[in-house]
Amino acid sequence: MRIIPFVISTVITTGLIIALNKKLGSIPPMGKFLSPQHGFWQNAEATDFDFSAEIKFPELKGNTEIYFDDRLVPHIFSSSDDDAYFVQGYLHAKFRLWQMEFQTHATAGRISEIIGERAIDYDKEQRRMGLTYAAENMVKEIEANEKTKTAVENYTAGVNAFIENMKESELPIEYKLLDYRPEKWSVLKTALFIKQLTKTLAGYGYANDFQYTNLRTVFSEEEMKMLFPFAPDSLSPIIPKETIYPEPLVSVKAPDNVDSAYLYRNDALKILQTDKQTPGVGSNNWAVSGSKTASGFPILCNDPHLDLTVPSIWFELQMNTPTMNAYGTSFPGIPGVVIGFNDSIAFGFTNGGIDIMDFYEIRFKDDSKKQYWHNGGWADSKLRIEEIKVKGGKTIYDTVAYSAFGPVMYDKRFTNVSSGEKAIAIRWKAHDPSNELLMWWWLDRANNYDDYTEAIKNFTCPVQNIVFAAKRGVIAIWQQGEVPLRWQRQGVYLMPGDDDSYEWQGNIPQSENPHIVNPSRGFVSSANQRATDSTYPYYVPGDYAFFRGYTINRLLSSMQQITPDDMKKLQSNNHNTRAEMMRPALLKYMDEKRLNADEKRMYELFTTWNLENDPNEKGATIFEVWADSLGYKLWRDEFSRVKDVIYPDKATLADMLRNDSALRYADDITTPQRETLADVVTESFRSAVPGLLAKEKENKLTWAAFKNTTIYHLLRTNAMPFAYSGIMNGGGVEIINATSHSNGPSWRMVVHLTPATEAYGVYPGGQSGNPGSRYYDNFIDTWAKGQYYALWIMKKSDAIDKRVKWRMTFGNE
Amino acid sequence: MKFIVAIILTALLSFIAGLYFPWWTIAITAFLVAIAFNQKALKAFIAGFLGLLLLWSGLSFWIDVKNESILSARIGELLGIGNNPFLLILITGFIGGLVAGFAALSGSYLRSKKVNSEL
Repeated sequence: MRIIPFVISTVITTGLIIALNKKLGSIPPMGKFLSPQHGFWQNAEATDFDFSAEIKFPELKGNTEIYFDDRLVPHIFSSSDDDAYFVQGYLHAKFRLWQMEFQTHATAGRISEIIGERAIDYDKEQRRMGLTYAAENMVKEIEANEKTKTAVENYTAGVNAFIENMKESELPIEYKLLDYRPEKWSVLKTALFIKQLTKTLAGYGYANDFQYTNLRTVFSEEEMKMLFPFAPDSLSPIIPKETIYPEPLVSVKAPDNVDSAYLYRNDALKILQTDKQTPGVGSNNWAVSGSKTASGFPILCNDPHLDLTVPSIWFELQMNTPTMNAYGTSFPGIPGVVIGFNDSIAFGFTNGGIDIMDFYEIRFKDDSKKQYWHNGGWADSKLRIEEIKVKGGKTIYDTVAYSAFGPVMYDKRFTNVSSGEKAIAIRWKAHDPSNELLMWWWLDRANNYDDYTEAIKNFTCPVQNIVFAAKRGVIAIWQQGEVPLRWQRQGVYLMPGDDDSYEWQGNIPQSENPHIVNPSRGFVSSANQRATDSTYPYYVPGDYAFFRGYTINRLLSSMQQITPDDMKKLQSNNHNTRAEMMRPALLKYMDEKRLNADEKRMYELFTTWNLENDPNEKGATIFEVWADSLGYKLWRDEFSRVKDVIYPDKATLADMLRNDSALRYADDITTPQRETLADVVTESFRSAVPGLLAKEKENKLTWAAFKNTTIYHLLRTNAMPFAYSGIMNGGGVEIINATSHSNGPSWRMVVHLTPATEAYGVYPGGQSGNPGSRYYDNFIDTWAKGQYYALWIMKKSDAIDKRVKWRMTFGNE
Repeated sequence: MKFIVAIILTALLSFIAGLYFPWWTIAITAFLVAIAFNQKALKAFIAGFLGLLLLWSGLSFWIDVKNESILSARIGELLGIGNNPFLLILITGFIGGLVAGFAALSGSYLRSKKVNSEL
């Protein structure tokens, strides 16, 4: 009789276990997840957790001591480079494993494996862009060089040593939430990380070829040049304007049919990209020579601007081996110190913005894509079958044809709009073999200017402005990378791909990359602006910034007796140069008679504003919203004649307003009457006011409240409890303190190159990637206030210093 | 008395099992304890339930105190119960208790079946 109750209760028990062991929709497997000995509770790190440990691995060559300070920054002292890289890999995995794998899965187009079918389009795009192909080419180069091969292999071994010894309860919480396990790390994944960075810094947003091609159907070539000019009038280039450039070493010639086949062609594209470039990716760097500092020693500064995330993309550390003593930030995913300094020199990076991506139209023989027309005959393409695994669904297959230019990214099977008949190949510098890691190997160990110039020659892609300063006094900056040799206007639009005549004809000789050493003005700087004025003998298109570089140069020129504190203040400078340049014209064209009481009040807030994007300024918000409204009103009617466009740059708009050339676009072509600039300026303001009033009612009119700077978790809106919103700081896009809603200075560093280096740094996050750790977010407040930590450049003899909180020892017995 | 011992033993054995085995082995330990103790169905269920309620809520409470509720606040938000560590600790214990309760119930039915068949 009891059999039936037994069976029933057993079935219930089993059923409960099965249900509680499965992920249901977005709810994690609740039994596993809640178990205090297995699930998320195991990630709730005690606030007095002891990180000290003695760790043995037989493959280590000797001993390594890691001293952690109270910010959980590891100071690695190793008897060999090999072990140091191993330990770095281990520590990166220990604190940041999930982000390392998630980011490289994203690059490889493998997110569907983790989150299911909603990521299929994204994954397809990453595959078709050839990111894994690019990484595979890089792996060959990494392994062909003894130094990078050893570094990456030891790094990989360290990461895997951690993964293999990790218990299920120790899994990072994101794995438990999404119910999957990590796989082994590999050299390919390190290469994928670098390619992801390349895509962030020199992917779509820097090409804009499709948008320009679309616009060319409604604007003449001359109008295009005016709407998207070489540079704004008051460009302050990286290399000062009075620089004389030597005669070019090489010349380049456009194909004979360039006018008919390219510049003046008229067919529109109907392609939409799923993954748009984030605006605001950029950075600032500068170095000030002893002639301008109070101490007589140089100061080098860098603040790279990236999407603000927790865990941060950066991990701070010191690496001391017989060959180097480097301190700075590293990328979990690759070995070495990426931005930082050693006992002799300091270095930093800003994005060059140079266009290294072009598109070519391909004609396939048939739908099999096996052959395409090239150089007068049918050439064979290489077919690559991409296998996309989907969690909870069927595996998807996508065949991508590779042409002489590169992967044929768009064809009938991949486009987001109905007509997409065109097959378009992508020619991207990132696909070319290169070994960027070799630069960092040498740079971390560089002692002087010559070491630096030799090191950076290994860096080809993406183009970066690399700033340098040495204790001995040299300051310099090089715009470094392999820059395609182009004839005027090459690469602005989609190009014909039926032969080689539109291919890149080579690279600008490395020695001719824009650079300057010890300039008479006493400082070097870059902020993603154009490197040179128009006297530079090569054509270098790109997506450049303008206002930050202008403001930095203006300020540095006027400063003397500079101290590190001055440099910290400069990194947090909130001055809105764009508003400064536009306000006179806006005031001139505003027709105040048309404004009602509320509009007058808002206008007065703008006219009396001090031009600083400080947290409590309402004028900053009003300007931001109005400028957007103005740009929209000016451009929308002409530009929306085609789909998928790009508006002229903010700097171009400012110029056109100041020199009245905006007049030409003032008229709204969709209305019968002729609008004037006064109409555009006044009406764009008035249409912005209702939104501003609504914000005012919610108490969100002040700049910090409006901007709502938020540091998102990598899972974005799916993991808001792991994120930070409502950060009350100032700044903005194109302002030196380049903090926008979710993008900004991901690391701030000031290095005073005195004999005993004095350095400061901060990033908005924490060393631990575990949301259950007190070290997950402990730097955010400091960063938000514009403050810094003094960086401790530890010496081996400091082992007994009370600043050492924990100690890890790695050995082989 | 037997009841109390059953609770404590369920908790203890489940804890030990949890050190080496997956989470659902709490069902096995609760099941085995219920077989050994041969209580009536309802008592067995409650003993199993309370055993894991104590273990899981106890452990998570201790962890939460040492963690100063940093993570429980976030997970609560994520699961939709808000910043409520106490509730999360209770839910934790409840889930473990539910599984162990039914497992113990199965054990008591099995045991009582054996008794019947021996007669």
